[in-house]
Amino acid sequence: MSWETICKLDDIAPNTGAAALVNGVQIAIFRAGEQLYAISNHCPFSGANVLARGILADINGDICVASPLYKQHFSLLTGQCHEDESVKVDCYEVRLKGKEIELQTSELKAA
Amino acid sequence: MSKTRVILVGNGPVGHKFLESIIESGKSSEYEMTVFGEEPRAAYDRVQLTKWFETRDAKDLNMVDEGFYESNSITSYLSDKICKIDRMRKIVISASGLEVPYDKLILATGSFPFVPPVPGHDRDNCFVYRTIEDLEAITAAAEKSTIGAVVGGGLLGLEAAKALMDLGLKTHVVEFAPRLMAVQVDEGGGEILRAKIEELGVGVHTEKNTRNIGDGDTCFHKMSFADGSELETDILVFSAGIRPQDALARECGIGIGARGGISINNHCLTSDEDVYAIGECALWSNRIYGLIAPGNEMARVAAEHITGKGELEFDGYDMSTKLKLMGVDVASIGDAHGNTPDSKAYTFIDEPNEIYKKIVVSGDGKQLLGSVLIGDADDYSNLLQITLNNIELPEHPDSLILPGYAGGGSALGVDALPETAMICSCNNVTKGDLVCAVQDGAQTVAELKSCTKAATTCGGCTALVGQVLNAELEKLGVEVNTDICEHFPYTRQDIYNLVRVGQIKSFEELLEKHGTGQGCEICKPLAGSVLASCWNDYILEDQHTQLQDTNDRFLANMQKDGSYSIVPRMPGGEVTADGLIAVGQVAKKYNLYTKITGGQRVDLFGAQQHQLPQIWQELIAAGFESGHAYGKSLRTVKSCVGSSWCRYGVQDSIGKAIDIENRYKGLRSPHKLKMAVSGCTRECAEAQSKDVGIIATEHGWNMYVCGNGGMKPRHADLFASDLDDETLQKYIDRFFMFYIRSADRLQRTATWMDNLEGGLKYLQDVIINDSLGICEDLEAQMQQVIDSYQCEWKTTVEDPEKTKRFRTFVNSEQGDNNVVFVAEREQIRPATENEKSELIAKSA
Repeated sequence: MSWETICKLDDIAPNTGAAALVNGVQIAIFRAGEQLYAISNHCPFSGANVLARGILADINGDICVASPLYKQHFSLLTGQCHEDESVKVDCYEVRLKGKEIELQTSELKAA
Repeated sequence: MSKTRVILVGNGPVGHKFLESIIESGKSSEYEMTVFGEEPRAAYDRVQLTKWFETRDAKDLNMVDEGFYESNSITSYLSDKICKIDRMRKIVISASGLEVPYDKLILATGSFPFVPPVPGHDRDNCFVYRTIEDLEAITAAAEKSTIGAVVGGGLLGLEAAKALMDLGLKTHVVEFAPRLMAVQVDEGGGEILRAKIEELGVGVHTEKNTRNIGDGDTCFHKMSFADGSELETDILVFSAGIRPQDALARECGIGIGARGGISINNHCLTSDEDVYAIGECALWSNRIYGLIAPGNEMARVAAEHITGKGELEFDGYDMSTKLKLMGVDVASIGDAHGNTPDSKAYTFIDEPNEIYKKIVVSGDGKQLLGSVLIGDADDYSNLLQITLNNIELPEHPDSLILPGYAGGGSALGVDALPETAMICSCNNVTKGDLVCAVQDGAQTVAELKSCTKAATTCGGCTALVGQVLNAELEKLGVEVNTDICEHFPYTRQDIYNLVRVGQIKSFEELLEKHGTGQGCEICKPLAGSVLASCWNDYILEDQHTQLQDTNDRFLANMQKDGSYSIVPRMPGGEVTADGLIAVGQVAKKYNLYTKITGGQRVDLFGAQQHQLPQIWQELIAAGFESGHAYGKSLRTVKSCVGSSWCRYGVQDSIGKAIDIENRYKGLRSPHKLKMAVSGCTRECAEAQSKDVGIIATEHGWNMYVCGNGGMKPRHADLFASDLDDETLQKYIDRFFMFYIRSADRLQRTATWMDNLEGGLKYLQDVIINDSLGICEDLEAQMQQVIDSYQCEWKTTVEDPEKTKRFRTFVNSEQGDNNVVFVAEREQIRPATENEKSELIAKSA
């Protein structure tokens, strides 16, 4: 298991996301209250790398991000799209170490 | 097959309705239609004649769309009166000598004002109140006068009196009968009406029989009355009733009633089977109908008889009316005078508040026969429906007119109405029509208005339309849920009030006190917008950043590929050469696509997130501010060059636009706000398509509200006329703040107003007359927002911590390599997916 330091917690405003570039892969990291989540930054509907810029939404208890372009919801826990069962984005492991955010990079394929 | 030749004599509102009805039948190609009018212009809205004074522009009353005659192959002759009908040869002969043959002839010649044959009635400065030319003549004469009198205290007479008063004259109303509006109003109602009108400074003289009009001592005329009294006045307007214009028919031997009027049957046919008569010239069952609604009905009936099977019939018309005369609510229903044998009346009089209400019920107390309402006509639709549908009265019929605190206010549920109940008589919409529209998916009053036309003319039935809607939605099991989302069981207005009253400053606080869960992309931007409207904090403060919608979050407009466009503010669309050069240099340096927007500024496309602060640093250095193109907030104030350059301009429209844009820039609202200022009535700035449009007049500014372009374009309504700078600013302050307080999420001003009970009139009451007593508060609140304005981009670039948040990647200085441009017309545009793969293949 290899963890890579991405940024400081303060680099991400509370309850928002930020994009990170790790081994050429774009990752959207979210800070929802005390929790951290990481999913792909790529929005499968628009084809643009924008998910990190969406608003965090609590849909019946599932913490999601609403894509900033066409507003589909993606679960931060599973990457599942709420509006289309056949669409799912990749999820990644992320943790807080001290004041720094770390990402589990062993599963990342280099792009 | 040769076409049927249809000739319409008379180009007034009813005649025009006839032409429209023929066209709506879908068979107009079978007819060769010709219309003759003696006036110099095509049909205009005579019902709204008094509105001419607002702009003094005949175009505002026009009812005929541009190209209407041409596109429907109708031949139209203006200023050419038909002076003879030759029924043997079936031709009409016009004043200019035209002879035109007809197969079907429609007489819509209307009426003429009755002028009592008093000696002196034909002196100079004696007028009638019927056409735009009459109004022009009255206006010209008023400039040299100080006193005006109207002969006739009926509906139209009081309208004329209002016009004289608005022209600045000391005004008198002279009435032969013992009270005003004698036809519609009984004695008790007449007294209250008189008191209210006298309060406005109008002299009311009843039971006056004018014997002579001669030279005055202090004024132009002296009127001498039978009782020996006298009245001096400079201008006289006769409005003593109408007489049907039946001379044409009379001369050619068509059947005429004993007291005038062209006799018609239920198909509006006269005694000649090829000649119809409709509107005020027609006599049905010995009755002349001097209102627009029955005239329109006759037009529909005649058109259907010609094009269809004659299934429609004119079967009399309810003459109940509700109107505001000189600011006084007046309504009359059915047998207002209690003429029905054995009928009994209930009367409620509130002298302190000058309210009079009467109902007339049948001898057995079961049916409502008629009613008079003065000073408060809110019960009108309820009482009218009970009368028209013969609904059995409650045990205590007086509860229908008593105030709520006295056990009244028992309005009839709409469920009691039959499907055939006429809800909107202006547009012929029944309860059944509304129910169908709701079943077909209409869910708001605004939607019902647009698909059925109900409540779009006088607006008197808006409340009833709303009740039918709610009752029907409930029946369909549609839960009328106005909660904004699962996290807040409130409407936007509720949230606004909670934030303001509770002095709530953050989303966390709002959620903790009034919500559940963590919030979502609906409630968060809503809260962000409300917090900004109330407290106007910097929207990228840490606690607010999470609330900002896509574009607000990075203070730019996200495009399809995730790149952004940038719009610097150019107030009023004015920009210096240096400014343009600076914008051009920035565009060139960052290789941005440039385009001129519809709001008279420049949009720069193709910037990545991390470039935004650098680009803004340069724009700010060149003197630009954020244009808020990303926000639900004031966008632009478009302008024409006005009196500074234009040979037609009457006011400085650019200066006004710049002032206004600087005043309201940054104001956050339920939806975007657009404005424009035109320097004259030619309206080059297209102000009438804006939320607030301002058009210069010789005396000041006319203010228009609630227009928009977009998917459902809507012209703005005239809100107030000839305002000075200070009043204009006050009204805009109040209008915007009232909108911000009470509109729904993402509801633009037009829909907002359509959903307000009372619509434009209500809005005018709140904002001009301060009927809710909140204007001072609205102004203070606006001032607070204006005083706390900051350029969001300036604040952002000055704070390195905030600037850092704009990095495309939190851990890298790189850009997004998925944002790829190709060249087109010497600028960039986003590459298509195919183009992207080709580029990647090439580079590999």
